[in-house]
Amino acid sequence: MEFDFAAEQPKFLMLMYGLIAFVAVVGGLLLLLDVVPAWFARRREAQLVAASVSGAPLPRRGKPQEGLFALFFLLPTLLLLAVGLVGPAIRTTLLSFMDAGSNNWVGLRNYGWMFSDPTILRVLTNTLIWVILVPLVATSFGLIYAVLVDKARLEAVAKSLIFLPMAISFVGASIIWKFVYAYRSEEQQQIGLLNQIVVSLGGEPKQWLLDSPLNTFLLIVIMVWIQAGFAMVVLSAAIKAIPADIVEAARLDGVSPWQMFWQITMPSIRPALIVVVVTLSIATLKVFDIVRTATNGNYDTSVIANEMYNQAFRYGQNGQGSALAVFLFVLVIPIVIYQIRNLRQQREG
Amino acid sequence: MTTATPTVPTGAQAIRKSTAAGRVRKRLNSRTATLVSIVIAIAWTVPTVGLFVSSFRPENEIKTTGWWTVFSNPQFTLENYQEVLFGRSSSSGQLASYFINSLAITIPSVLFPLAFAALAAYALAWINFRGRDWLYIAIFALQIVPLQMALVPLLRFFSTGVTIAGVQVLPAWDLVDEQKFAQVWFAHTCFALPFAVFLLHNFISQLPADLMEAARVDGATHPRIFRTIVLPLITPALAAFGIFQFLWVWNDLLVALIFAGGGNETAPLTVRLAEMAGSRGNEWQRLTAGAFVSIVVPLIVFLSLQRYFVRGLLAGSVKG
Repeated sequence: MEFDFAAEQPKFLMLMYGLIAFVAVVGGLLLLLDVVPAWFARRREAQLVAASVSGAPLPRRGKPQEGLFALFFLLPTLLLLAVGLVGPAIRTTLLSFMDAGSNNWVGLRNYGWMFSDPTILRVLTNTLIWVILVPLVATSFGLIYAVLVDKARLEAVAKSLIFLPMAISFVGASIIWKFVYAYRSEEQQQIGLLNQIVVSLGGEPKQWLLDSPLNTFLLIVIMVWIQAGFAMVVLSAAIKAIPADIVEAARLDGVSPWQMFWQITMPSIRPALIVVVVTLSIATLKVFDIVRTATNGNYDTSVIANEMYNQAFRYGQNGQGSALAVFLFVLVIPIVIYQIRNLRQQREG
Repeated sequence: MTTATPTVPTGAQAIRKSTAAGRVRKRLNSRTATLVSIVIAIAWTVPTVGLFVSSFRPENEIKTTGWWTVFSNPQFTLENYQEVLFGRSSSSGQLASYFINSLAITIPSVLFPLAFAALAAYALAWINFRGRDWLYIAIFALQIVPLQMALVPLLRFFSTGVTIAGVQVLPAWDLVDEQKFAQVWFAHTCFALPFAVFLLHNFISQLPADLMEAARVDGATHPRIFRTIVLPLITPALAAFGIFQFLWVWNDLLVALIFAGGGNETAPLTVRLAEMAGSRGNEWQRLTAGAFVSIVVPLIVFLSLQRYFVRGLLAGSVKG
């Protein structure tokens, strides 16, 4: 054990500062909110006493300072959102119309570059494949599994098994799957599960992650593996929320399980299904960790978020990186609009 | 659909007739259902099991034989963990140090948004002021802004401060080494707030209005109501968001990569692991053990608080 604990002390000190800052800010805010109104109340009391002694008319009671309270409650949130999110987002939009060093305006050149450079076109195609496949496949697996284990024995355990990858970081998951895809040349024993299966079926081992376009699909498998649990949990809750008498009535009518699924289950869980697909689409658009850890965007696997990171933080191309970020944002908007329209329909229907 | 709409008497007959055959079919169906679900469950579990088993195997074994051979030739060691956590050489991982970084990043990054969002959500739900609904919608809408939109300017905000028309309005933060934790806390807090406010507002706005009314009549001020009535009632919601945020921050790579830098003073486990996977992609004895060091904390949190997590997930996604 050669671990030098003393070297770690500054970190704990910093953590402590952070916690002290937390207590000071939040405690201070609450204290302020307690003390100030009390002070006002006392002053008003004094005014009233003075007024009654001097016989002057009582001062009119002002409107309660609700707005002031709200301001203090909201102050930290509004401040942080303005500084950390709204301001930067506006600035990124501006930067996307400027050159690499953010000195000169270049108009739409960064966007032109995005849609003409073959490597970026490849990136956009990959992102499209991700956004189509991940929600579709993850939701299907989640739905099938949710239906299959519904009311089965050991349901809770069965669900936990699928749900567990949700707790694993994308980085950890990528390592887990890189190990599954690991490659050894033909003469050696395989250590990756996938190649072992291929070999035992009589095939030749492959360097899976180097083989475009197959590698993109193999990375998608990782995302599906993580997200199917999310789909399963939400859909399972929706299935359990279907009124029992509808199911019972259908059963009495002699409906087969297949019909039951398509005519009772599916229509009932449609809203939850839409929510899952929308959430997964947005999450998939922003996928970064998996691609970076598994292939670092090489071998034609890069996606928008990864390319944005490379452009802005590795190549110093602020303009092009910003343009990619803005494009990402633009892609999210139609999905959200679809979601909002759906919600409104539900509320009216 | 055609068989589902017979007249009443034939329907009753059909049920009676189908019982025998139906039972067999049902048995068959449930058997295939069980089979398929077991296959899916195995497919979902095996990759993790493989990594877990491998992390305990000696280096030489991992690199030359598949982990499944362990069942015929069991050899286990804790060497990998020893090496990856406390090893001295720069290639060994030194994950103990990064583990502390992950902790130091995660704890404040959960607490700050939790407190700020609870305050804001209360104001948006129960204090009357003009433009309240618009403000809520605006914060709600911010959820869709990808954090990629904020990265470049926010990094510049930390490194050079804010200058408007040549006048330095805010100074640069100029942080070094472990002070950079503050940048990461700040970034995570900002990015978490829209969702946090939304989730907590969902809970807080559903508290009974009578309760608030009664407290107001008794002369309680808003801060008092917030502390003594609202906070105790929304603990499940706080727990739900806390777990969410904990998993998100602990597992995050992008924000840490940009705002914490790559050194062992501040970078969390995820950054170090991603780096190891890139530069030492074939050192499986380190990667397997390292991956598990990073997975174990969220796994414990997740398993012990799964109930709250699921509740938060459902409230956050289905109602939204």
